[in-house]
Amino acid sequence: MTITGIAAIGAGLAAIGAGMGIGRIGGSAMDAMARQPEIQGKIQTSALILAAFVEAVALFGVVVALLQG
Amino acid sequence: MPKTSSFYVSKTMRKLLFANSFYVCTFAANLKQGIFNQNIMALNTLKHFLLLTFFSAFSVAVMASETKDENSGERFDPKEMIMHHVKDAYGMHILTLNEGKENETHITIPLPIILWTDNGLVTFMSSEFHHDYDGNVVVEKDGKKFVNFHEKIYQLNEGELALQFDEEHHPLNAEKPLDFSITRNVFMMWFSVLVLLLIFITAARKYNNNDSKLPKGIAGFVEPLVLFVRDDIAKPMIGEHKYKRFMPYLLTIFFFIWINNIFGLIPIFNGANLSGNIAFTMTMALFTFVITTFSGNKNYWKHIFWMPGVPVPMKIFLMPIEIVGMFVKPVSLMIRLFANITAGHIIVLALMSLIFIFETVWVSPISVLFSLFITIIEIVVTAIQAYIFTILSALYFGMATEEEHH
Amino acid sequence: MDLVTPGLGLVFWTVITFLVLLFILRKFAWKPILGAVSEREEGIKTALASAENARKEMENLQADNERILKEARAERETMLKEAREIKNKLIADAKEEAQVQANNMIAQAQAAIISEKKAAMAELKSQVADLSIEIAEKVVRGELANKDKQMSLVESMLGDAKLN
Repeated sequence: MTITGIAAIGAGLAAIGAGMGIGRIGGSAMDAMARQPEIQGKIQTSALILAAFVEAVALFGVVVALLQG
Repeated sequence: MPKTSSFYVSKTMRKLLFANSFYVCTFAANLKQGIFNQNIMALNTLKHFLLLTFFSAFSVAVMASETKDENSGERFDPKEMIMHHVKDAYGMHILTLNEGKENETHITIPLPIILWTDNGLVTFMSSEFHHDYDGNVVVEKDGKKFVNFHEKIYQLNEGELALQFDEEHHPLNAEKPLDFSITRNVFMMWFSVLVLLLIFITAARKYNNNDSKLPKGIAGFVEPLVLFVRDDIAKPMIGEHKYKRFMPYLLTIFFFIWINNIFGLIPIFNGANLSGNIAFTMTMALFTFVITTFSGNKNYWKHIFWMPGVPVPMKIFLMPIEIVGMFVKPVSLMIRLFANITAGHIIVLALMSLIFIFETVWVSPISVLFSLFITIIEIVVTAIQAYIFTILSALYFGMATEEEHH
Repeated sequence: MDLVTPGLGLVFWTVITFLVLLFILRKFAWKPILGAVSEREEGIKTALASAENARKEMENLQADNERILKEARAERETMLKEAREIKNKLIADAKEEAQVQANNMIAQAQAAIISEKKAAMAELKSQVADLSIEIAEKVVRGELANKDKQMSLVESMLGDAKLN
């Protein structure tokens, strides 16, 4: 296996972690919105920001993969 | 994709093609229904079926006129094609006529190449390379020889006549001069600036002409967006009292990034992928970093170097983390925008190149459907990424200007 | 690798372009748009405030009106009451005076009657005395002409004189 292949696997692993993280954020945000529809806007904003933070980690992985490619 | 093997079969056994495409259609329909059957999207099955029939009919029509050139010998390299589209280039290539034939013609907008060499500035038009980017065409200017190798300009060393490569296909006998060329990304950036100026200055003029200060015409479209940036981004993140100072910057990055995200999606601009270019996102992130650093107050620096409210060993432990965090913030801004936009482009192009990888038009329904789907998602992503970049910049400004309130 | 290496040229042009864009938009777009929006918002705010003020003033005015009306009504009440009192007093006074006057008049009348009666009595007495003297003179004269008669007359006279 070449270094590119290994890097791709690494990027995939990072994506798994980020996927789980964003999934949890999304799930909890949905839950919160169902419980308190009146602060839906605030929840949405915070969920988006948090998702962006989690996503950044996966993107670091992607960038490492691109560095090898 | 579970049916990849059956595509390979279809390449050799034409008889199976029809059955296969039927399978593809039903597979796609099942998949779509599976995704959307919970009333998430009110697409009814009939519409769905008609759409798929349309694509299938289209593929049959193309199939009829397809002349497969088995002997062309040139294998399609998806990676090269995708990278060529995602990266920057000299000249805006619109389309190629009669590809692979004698009278092959490219329709391109030539752009100026500006180089800073040892002897000073050298400028010429990108059309002088005649669409060669393999380093074969040598352009001689001011006694220097230049080649375009994979959309990078190399200056041949003294006395060399052609580009030579080492085993890994890297240029051996050439140097890269400082390159200030008006590439297609710069060209598109200026185009987007023109569009932005046109939209917003026209909108601003609308307010001067009427006394009631009501938004009329294009101002009615622009004002909600401006108010969105003010009320949903700047005010909650920075605070009611200090947000005014940062408004011009926030508005400018929001619309600048958004419009370039959108222009990146328009195919006729040939994927001028400005906001998916790391140089662009780095510059934007650098601006945010500089503004954050220079507007940081005492409280901000105290939180970085001597975190209040925690014991002294913790303060010492937190200091390097906070200092790293100071730089990670803009870096993550840079990478997020770059990777999101680039990934979107790569996926759309990869789905499209499936047709050429399998060398059959029967894949086109699935390719077209999926890339349509991804493109629609990308349209949403253009706005979301511009929003995220702006709101995070605002968040950092808010952190930098926050007053002590313990 | 190539993809994540920022090109110097693009960084250079982006910095210049962005700064120019920021400058131009700030001057010719954001300032007028945000200015107009905040001006409008201020306008709406002041309009709302003045409407609120007007409403309050209206309320005050109404309250004033009501108060004045109430005062006027109360004043009328008191005035009427006073008038009634005055009237009653006047009537009572008049009655009293009339009574006093009547009493006086009665008393005077009585006194006059008494004095008249006295006077009448006195006159009657004097007339009776005069008459008696005259009768007595006449009788005396007649009687005295005849000695016997005179004597018997004196006798009867004396007998009568006890009547009075």
